Amino acid sequence: MQASTAKKAIDAKLRAKGIGMSFKRDGNTTAVLENIDLDVGEGEFLCLLGPSGCGKSTLLNIVAGFLEPTSGTVMIDGESVKGPDARRIFVFQERGVFPWLTVEGNVGFGLFRLTRAERETRIAHYIKLVGLQGFEKAYPQELSGGMKQRLEVARALAVKPDMLFLDEPFGALDSITRLIMRGELLRIWEAERKTIVFVTHDIEEAVQLADRVVVMSTRPARIQKIVEIDIPHPRDISSPRYLELRDGIFEEIGLAHKI
Amino acid sequence: MNLLVRLRPLGFIVLLLAAWHVAVNRQAVHLLPDPLQVAGGFVELIQRGLLLKYVVASLFRVTWGFCLAAIIAIPAGLAIGWHRRLEMALNPFLQILRPISPLAWIPISILWFGVGDVAAIFLIFLASLLPLTLTAINAVEGIPAVYVNAGRNFGLSPVRLVYSVLYPAVIPRLILGLRITLGIAWLVVVAAEMIAVNSGLGFLIVDARNAGNRYDLVVAGMVSIGLIGLLLDMGMRSLESVRAFRWGYSED
Repeated sequence: MQASTAKKAIDAKLRAKGIGMSFKRDGNTTAVLENIDLDVGEGEFLCLLGPSGCGKSTLLNIVAGFLEPTSGTVMIDGESVKGPDARRIFVFQERGVFPWLTVEGNVGFGLFRLTRAERETRIAHYIKLVGLQGFEKAYPQELSGGMKQRLEVARALAVKPDMLFLDEPFGALDSITRLIMRGELLRIWEAERKTIVFVTHDIEEAVQLADRVVVMSTRPARIQKIVEIDIPHPRDISSPRYLELRDGIFEEIGLAHKI
Repeated sequence: MNLLVRLRPLGFIVLLLAAWHVAVNRQAVHLLPDPLQVAGGFVELIQRGLLLKYVVASLFRVTWGFCLAAIIAIPAGLAIGWHRRLEMALNPFLQILRPISPLAWIPISILWFGVGDVAAIFLIFLASLLPLTLTAINAVEGIPAVYVNAGRNFGLSPVRLVYSVLYPAVIPRLILGLRITLGIAWLVVVAAEMIAVNSGLGFLIVDARNAGNRYDLVVAGMVSIGLIGLLLDMGMRSLESVRAFRWGYSED
């Protein structure tokens, strides 16, 4: 992981240049993003961190190809992004699982090009990876929030994408489940080594997970600072270095670290 | 205890029948036949082989009219709902048609199809067409964007997107719309049969009155209509408990 940081500047997996985004509503133009330049390295875990409504989700939707930016370009593997692509899966909050499909059906959703046997092996593998064995025939409404979230991650991983885009995936979970899910995500990331862009407004979450944390300003969002988290996993969240990095980001955002 | 709760509606009906019986027989002038006379009417209809024949005739018309409407309205409504511009263009027209009672079409359907089965089926078709179209339009518009985005993300072709995302996502609302519309169709068939044909439960009611004021048969016809309407609704409602559809009806 440390080795990959050094190479980042040379072969970026994703390269966003000069991204600007503004929305028109009732004749007014609101600038949401301004001149964003961002590189994400192969296999990197990158967090976009910013206050609610700052436009970090908009940025994620742009790099994932769901939105077209007003200005700027997004290149992935040297190709410009024209729309969503099965090589890069977007994980919504747990609402994204299909309620009319069982756990198996959801995990197999993107696997329609495989033969039946391949599909079944793949489904079983990823159900096991996210720890949903025994729930293959269950429908999402019978699952807890954390299980639905793991299901969505399994559905995304099953198509073997190069990249995952996660938009506040644990935002709707309770704080205990959220902690467990962070551990699970890191375990999966270490097993599968996908490039991950993870949007969050939770500073602790960003520092616990990411290789680099991109701190974004309030609207119109610009990149305020990029903080490299040079602590190997598993991270000791009471180590001096962790606290130093975390407090540095708190200060960067302009929050006194006292309530 | 549970059984007692379940039997409560039945108990209520028995109580009403008893009250009906007493009330009718305390009057010198009979404004209604009493329940026993109605039961006698049922027996007579069954003996003459008319009850089954009329029920089948009415259901036949409803089935045709309703199914033809569903075959046309659901795909059309889904397409209209999917293409926002089409919906914007068509919506005023649909809203103008909406307040026109299906029964207002009776003269025109007789003009086009003469007096007979086809005119009655056409009325049911018309009565079902608009509610089903509107249901399908609303169902598509109600699909959360995340489902469509997720479908696109996995590289689904347009055809596959329709049958793996669009179609399953609208099913619960469609079932609800089909259920309500079937109720409307059943209301309309009875009215249509009062005018356009010479069989069916609606015909029975008009005919029993015209042929000698047989109000026992009139009420027997009304009760049959109610019971069959209940059965149709229960049939549609049972679709709502299918496991793959149930998500659409939960409070969550």
